[in-house]
Order: sequence, then structure tokens, then C-alpha cells
Amino acid sequence: MRTIAIFKRVLQEMFRDKRTLALMFVAPLLILTLIYFLFQSNNDQTAALGVQNVNSTLVKAIDNDHVTIHQLSDSASAKRVIRQKDYAGVLVQKGDKLTLTLQNSDQSKSAILKQSLQAAQVKLKTKAMATTLKAQGQALQKLQQALAAATRNPNLAQNQAGAPKVPNYKLKTHYLYGNADSTFFNTLLPIMMGFVVFFFVFLISGIALLKERTTGTLYRLLATPVKRSEIINGYLVGYGLFALIQTLLIVFYSIFVFKIQILGSIWNLLIINVLLAFVALTLGLFISTFAASEFQMVQFIPVVVIPQIFFSGIIPINQMAHWLQPIARIMPLYYGADAMSNVIQKGANFMNIGFDLTILVGFAVLFLMLNMVTMRRYRQV
Amino acid sequence: MSETIHVSNLQQGYGKTVVLRDINLSIQSGEILALIGPSGAGKTTLVSTIMGMLKPQQGQVTVLGQTMPNRQLLAKIGYMAQTDALYEALTGRENLNFFGAMQGLTPGQLKQQIPHAAGVVNLQQDLDTRVQAYSGGMKRRLSLAIALVSDPELLILDEPTVGIDPELRQQIWQELHQLATKGKTILLTTHVMEDAEQADQLMMIRNGAAIAQGTPKHLIAAFHVDSVEAVFLKAGRQQDENNRYI
Repeated sequence: MRTIAIFKRVLQEMFRDKRTLALMFVAPLLILTLIYFLFQSNNDQTAALGVQNVNSTLVKAIDNDHVTIHQLSDSASAKRVIRQKDYAGVLVQKGDKLTLTLQNSDQSKSAILKQSLQAAQVKLKTKAMATTLKAQGQALQKLQQALAAATRNPNLAQNQAGAPKVPNYKLKTHYLYGNADSTFFNTLLPIMMGFVVFFFVFLISGIALLKERTTGTLYRLLATPVKRSEIINGYLVGYGLFALIQTLLIVFYSIFVFKIQILGSIWNLLIINVLLAFVALTLGLFISTFAASEFQMVQFIPVVVIPQIFFSGIIPINQMAHWLQPIARIMPLYYGADAMSNVIQKGANFMNIGFDLTILVGFAVLFLMLNMVTMRRYRQV
Repeated sequence: MSETIHVSNLQQGYGKTVVLRDINLSIQSGEILALIGPSGAGKTTLVSTIMGMLKPQQGQVTVLGQTMPNRQLLAKIGYMAQTDALYEALTGRENLNFFGAMQGLTPGQLKQQIPHAAGVVNLQQDLDTRVQAYSGGMKRRLSLAIALVSDPELLILDEPTVGIDPELRQQIWQELHQLATKGKTILLTTHVMEDAEQADQLMMIRNGAAIAQGTPKHLIAAFHVDSVEAVFLKAGRQQDENNRYI
């Protein structure tokens, strides 16, 4: 009964505050759309390469779609050219020696140049090998012909005419998850979905309870026979509902606008996000205890929220330094994002994400307990 | 008449600091008791302890025959906080509905009680305006209406008359006296002497100790002065002198 009254009040207050409502529902879509476009254009990057005195066959071998070649005069200094013309790199040949100078302000361009140069060298080597082989083959053939003429055995010559055929390999690639069009966005989306829900619920609910503390309504509320758990539950249901709507909005936006394929069930996504929202809510309420103003609440974002992004799977956890890896295990968003990725990209079912969900429930219960304890400060029964 | 509040040998504080000591207090039903004292004297701490928001460090507090703290008993206490603890985004009626529901009133009871409570503080016209548009006095009045809405046995009002104009103050006092004649008990804190003179019983608190206790008439006679204000000043001087000898 009291829980419902608190739930109703949370809704009333929220609907009166149109800007916060808009922030909660429009801002996530804006962020996701930006990320979508930012990580789409990643594939057709080209790097400018200046070449000086470089053998034309090598230059030809380097040339591909991702590299634009510019010929340089003999006198130009590599570093000055890079600074003046903003080339990604300059390749200089002196006799047998090749020197590659890279601008390296954009590491992905440096990678393109290094890769292209390596590929060119491999190409040239195989070509050279092929030429030698051909020459050897011809020599061999001549020798055999001479031999055949000498022994007058036409069969032998005929046999040798059909040289061993090089098998023509055709590569066909199958993708276990996603397809050839998969970009980093596909990896990022599940993580961002979880993060956006986590972040907004954390901030808005934390500030809401903070406001209750500073205006004295929380104390006034506790001067009634309400149970502490009823207050927390009312908040939980109220903000849980907003988190649910937010998740639905994001999921459908991703499906219809980004044409993202969600392999698993949408219900599982909703369960994960609602759980994640509960963790964010209980954490937000708890953290708000340590803030004296809205400004101080915002100061907790770099401490509590930002590190969670790093450990949410954007950077693969198993590529991190060993001592860093356990930190991910104490981040609620790590489990949320893991479950989200599994459902969206690998079609995981409820059983598969059971472990992550259990941990999230554990976090929610832990923060819930802490909230009950901190509320004791206001009323000791 | 039965005893509504009984406080014996109360010592109260936060952590190691002692805010109140040796407080003894008894209020009968139908009485109005005013706690007077300068700010920081410990009035609000005493009120919080009587409501059971704080556990007594020493001594005992009984309200309506039950030992405090007792969460269930809060349903029978109407409380008006010192700060206007209101939801600014909601209207006056929504605030009353919400806090009424928290006190345990049913929607039917609320429908009946809200017009009455709003009537006492002259807020009927503005019930459907959002609180953020209220003046300071209107917020104070809404806070009082919230305390009244559950028709409680015991009213605890922390500085109820701050920011309220004289006309309305008189009206509120009329209502309080009327409630008292119906058997309701009222405990209020104030530092306005006019309020103190209206009360049945006075308790003067200074530096965490009770310096004078009794009916206004009795106190004025006992201290050989002509007003409650003079009683307070004289009792304060006596406290300082006593402390000097210790």
C-alpha cells in the first residue's frame, strides 16, 4: 500500500519534470546514433605516403585502395614533408636500404602503411620466386627435350609438356557471429545499451533521493510508520518502470533504425536491463548518502561510472594486464554487458546468462542492504 | 485524563556529545505543552527522541503508554517539521494525499480529512496549485495541514508559527485549543513568547537542560516577574550562576 503510494509519487514527480524525462528517453538514442555513425566510417580510411627514390616495382606493389602515393623530389627531408603536407608517412630508399618515417598521430594510419609495405615485400618476393621457378622450369624443359631428342623417346617429352598445375584456391569465409558487414558498432551496441540504462538510472535516482534528503522530505517520510524497505521498494518499482521503457525504446530503435540483428530473445534483454537498472538504482541511492548536493553527486560519475565503461568489455578483459583483470569482476556493468553481448550477438538463452544475472542480483541485494543501514541514520527503528 | 507523554531521566546526544541531560516531562491528554529555548538548546533533539527517531542514550520515553522508539505508534503522531519538507513538483493536495497515505489513511478517509485539514490553515483555494508556486507562509501552512490530516492523538509541531501572519496565527491557535478540548495532546517548540503564553504547560530548555517547568501563571508567580519572557531571562541567569559555582 505505502509502496504503491511512493511509486505513484515517483511517477508524478517524473512526469512533471519534462526535461529529465526527455533526457532519459532522447539522450540515449542520440548517443547511440552518434556511436553508430562514428564506428561505421572506420573501414574506408586512406593514408597518404610520400615516396623518395623508391624502386617503381616496389611502389607499384605498395599501391592499394588504402594508400595514396605521392612522389617526392630527392632533396626533401622526410620529417619536414610529413609536417608540411600532413602525410601519414614517407618512404625513402638509399641503395638497398628502405627507411619508413611515420607521422603516427593516428595509429590506424600507421598500421595501414606498415601492413601495405609488408604486403608489398611479400608480393615482390613471391614474384621473384615465381620468375626463378619459371626460368628453372624452362631450363629443365629444354634439357628434357634435348634428352628426348637424344634418346628418341617422344613419350617422355609429351609427358613433361603438361607442367604441374598450381591449385587455384578460392577462399570462402563463414562468420559464426555477425557477417562481413559487422563493424565495431555491433560489439559496442550491447555494451552501450547496458551502460546507458545504468548511467541514467544511477544519476536520476541518486539525485532524486538526494533531493529528498536535502529538502527534509526523507526525514518527514520516516516520521510516519513507513518501513525503510517500503521506501526503497517504491523507488525500485518507479525507476524500474522507467528503465524498462528506456530499454524497450533503445532495443526497438536498434532493431528498426540500425537494423541490428538480435539473435537472442528480447525478453532476456529486458530482464538484464531491468536488473542492471536495479543495481544502478540501489547504487545511486547508496552513493547519494555521501553527497551533500547535486554537484557532489555528479562528482561521483568519474569515480563510480567511468571506470565501469573500461571494464565493460569494450577493451577485451583477457587482453588486460593480469592484475587488472580482477577489477572487472567487481564492476556490475561487466556482468550486464557480458550478458547483453551474449544475447544479442550469440543468441544466448536464459540458462547461458544465468551466472551473470545471479551476480547482478547479488550486487542489487548488497546495495539494498547498505541502503537500509544508511537510512538508520534518520530513524533508528 | 491520561498521560500521553512521559519522559524520565532522559540523556540524549549524538555520538559522545551530550545534547540533553536530566529531562523529566509529563504531558496529559488534552494539554498543550510549549518547549521554549534559544536555537541550539536541544528542542528538536528532544522532539525527535519523543517521536522515536532517536533512541535515548539513557532514560526512558513513553508515548501513549508505549515505550519509544516504536514505528507503529508514529501513525498516531502528527508531525510538522522545522523545515518545510514538501514535494515542490506536486500540488498541495497531492502532498496531503501522499503523506496521508504514509500515515496509513485509506483513500476514503483522505477524501474526508483533506478538506478539513486544509480549511484549518486556509488553503482550500490553493490545494491544486503546485507547491513551488507557494509563498513561504503557504508552505508552512501546508506542513501544518499535513500534520493534521491523519487526525492524530498527539501533534508534534516544530516551530509551527514561523512565517505565519498574526491573523492566521490566532486562527491556528484557536484550532489547537479546540483540538485540545477534544482530548488531543499537542507538543510544540517555539521561541516566540506569545506562543508560549497560549500553552497550558511550559518547559524552558537552555544548554541542554530544563531550567523551568510549569504552567505560565505558576512560573510568573514563582519567579516574581510579570511575563513569560522575564521568567525565561531570570531562569537563564540562575542557570549561569549555578554553573559558575560548580
